[in-house]
Amino acid sequence: MLKLTNVHQKFEIGTVNEKHVLCGIDLHINEGDFVTVIGGNGAGKSTMLNAVTGTNMITEGTITIDGSDVTKEPEFKRAKYIGRVFQDPRMGTASDMSIEENLAIAYRRGKPRTLKWGITHKEREEYKELLAELDLGLDTRLKDKTRFLSGGQRQALTLLMASFHHPKLLLLDEHTAALDPKTAAKVMELTVKLVEENKLTAMMVTHNMRDALRIGNRLIMLHKGSIILDISGDEKKKLNVPDLLDMFEKASGEEMDNDRMLLS
Amino acid sequence: MNVILGALAQGLLWAVMAIGVYITYRILDIADLTAEGCFTLGAGITCKLITSGFDPFISTFAALLGGLAAGLVTGLLHTKLKIPALLAGILTMTGLWSVNLRIMGRSNIAILRETSIISMLVESGLTKNMAAIISGTVLTVVVIAFLWWFFNTELGYSLRATGNNLNMIRAQGVNTDTSIILGVMLGNGLIALSSSLVSQFNGFADISMGMGTIVIGLASVIIGEVVFGRRSILNSLIAVALGSVLYRIIIALVLKLGMNSNDMKLISSILLVIALCFPAAREQVSRVLKNSLRKGGSTNA
Ligand SMILES: Nc1ncnc2c1ncn2[C@@H]1O[C@H](COP(=O)(O)OP(=O)(O)O)[C@@H](O)[C@H]1O
Ligand SMILES: [Mg+2]
Repeated sequence: MLKLTNVHQKFEIGTVNEKHVLCGIDLHINEGDFVTVIGGNGAGKSTMLNAVTGTNMITEGTITIDGSDVTKEPEFKRAKYIGRVFQDPRMGTASDMSIEENLAIAYRRGKPRTLKWGITHKEREEYKELLAELDLGLDTRLKDKTRFLSGGQRQALTLLMASFHHPKLLLLDEHTAALDPKTAAKVMELTVKLVEENKLTAMMVTHNMRDALRIGNRLIMLHKGSIILDISGDEKKKLNVPDLLDMFEKASGEEMDNDRMLLS
Repeated sequence: MNVILGALAQGLLWAVMAIGVYITYRILDIADLTAEGCFTLGAGITCKLITSGFDPFISTFAALLGGLAAGLVTGLLHTKLKIPALLAGILTMTGLWSVNLRIMGRSNIAILRETSIISMLVESGLTKNMAAIISGTVLTVVVIAFLWWFFNTELGYSLRATGNNLNMIRAQGVNTDTSIILGVMLGNGLIALSSSLVSQFNGFADISMGMGTIVIGLASVIIGEVVFGRRSILNSLIAVALGSVLYRIIIALVLKLGMNSNDMKLISSILLVIALCFPAAREQVSRVLKNSLRKGGSTNA
C-alpha cells in the first residue's frame, strides 16, 4: 500500500543549519496494516509523515502509494489517497467555517471543486447522522464555526473528515497529545473504531507507549531519522513497556528520554 | 440633507471597492496593495474607451477585465515566483503606474461631455446624486448576490478555506495557488469596476486617483464589520457595503466642521487609525500583514 524506499530528508541544504532529518527510511506497509510509530522528540516522526503527504518534498528516495509513484506529486494531488489528523487541533479544520462546511470540503477530498453548491441537503442529513454517532453533541451544531469547538471535538471532527471515502492511507500525528487524558482516551477509542470498521490502512504517531503497544498490528520506532525497531503480529502482542525500553537501548545505544514518552 | 445624499452616493459608488478589499484582506488574509494601481486602472480604461467612442457599459466591463488581469499578475508573482504577497502587490502597483499612463496617454482624461452610465441616468431626469445612488446600489446588490452565491459553491468554499487554513485545505486536495490567484483576481476586478463607476460620476480619470485606496478600503471593511457584524459571509458583505457608506458620511461630517477637501487623505488615515483602536481589528491587521510577508506557497500555521 505504502512503500518508502531509501527516503532522505534534508532541510536548509547548503547553510550552516543544514539538517539531515530522515536518513534512508525503508518502509513497506501492507493493506490493512495499523502501524504505531514511536520515537523521541525530534526523531523525525512528523517529518516522515510530511514526506508521505508531500508537505515536504524529499531530497532522495521514492515513495509509492498503492502502486503509483507519488514522489514528485505535490501535496494537494496526493490528498486523494490520504486522510490526515494533525497534532494541533486547530490545523485540521478551517476555523472560520462551519462544521458542515468543513465536512463538505473533506467530502470532496481529491475531487475538482466546481461551481455547484458547496453542500447539498442530502449530505447535511448524512453529516447529522455521522455526528450523532460521535456522541459529542455536534449533530445540533452544524452551522457553528469550528473555532467554537473544544480540542477534543475538533479532533473527532477531523477524524471523521479524514475517514471519508475510505482513504488508502490514514495518517495520525500525535493527534491526542494536545488533549486532556479523558478526552484523549475517547478520541483514541474513536480512532480505533473508525480504523477497524472501515478496515483502513493507518499509521499513527503516538507519544504514549502503552497505546503504541495496545493498538495496531505493527510498531516501528524511529531514532535520529532511522527505523531502529519494526515489530509486528504476535511478537508485538507479547511486548510490554520495559521490553520496549530495553530494545530501544540495545538498538540505539542510548537511553530513552523519558520526559516526553509516556510510559503508562 | 444634500450632504448626506452626497455621502450616500459616494459610499455606494465605492462600496464595491471595499468589497474587493474585503476579499483579499478578510477572505484570503492578504494585504494586497495592487488595489492602489488597480483603482486608477479601472477609471483610466473606462475614460479612455468612452472618449474613444465606446459604449459606457462596454467601457465599464473592460475595466473589470483590466482589474482581473492586474490581480492575475499579483497572484502569479505571489504563488509561482513565491514573492511575499505584500511585495507582489507593491510590484504590480508600481508597474501599473506606467501601464495606466500608457493606457490614458496623459495623466488626466475628462469625460464630462461624453455619454457615461451616470450621464445617461441624469438625462432621464435624475439628479447626479440620485443617479449615483441608483447605479451604485444596483451594482452593489448584484455584486453581493454574486459573491454570496460564489462563496457558497465548492470552489468558493475552497477559497475561503485557503485564507483560513492552508494546511487543512491542501490536505483536502485543493491547489491553493489556484485559489489565491482566483481570489486576488476577483478582488481587483471588483476594485476596477468600482473605480469605473466613480470616474463616470466624477467625469474624469486621474493618474493619482488610486492613492489611498487601500486605506479607504480597510477603513470601510473594519468600520462595517464592527458596526454591522460578521456572523456570516452575507452579513459581512452587506456590512462592508454599509461600512463604505458610513465612512463617507463620517468624512462628509468632518468636512462640514471646516476641513477642506485637500485634507481628505489625512482624514482617511486618521479614520483608519481610529478604526484600528478596536483590538480585534488590530489583531486581524497584524495577522494579515505577517501572513503577507511570508514567501508564496509556504504554510500559514
Ligand atoms: N520544515 C522544516 N525545516 C527545517 N527543519 C525541520 C523542518 N521540519 C522538521 N525539521 C526538523 O526536523 C527534526 C525532526 O522533527 P520532527 O519530524 O518534527 O520530529 P518528531 O519526531 O518529534 O515529530 C527537528 O530537528 C526539526 O527541527
Ligand atoms: Mg512530531
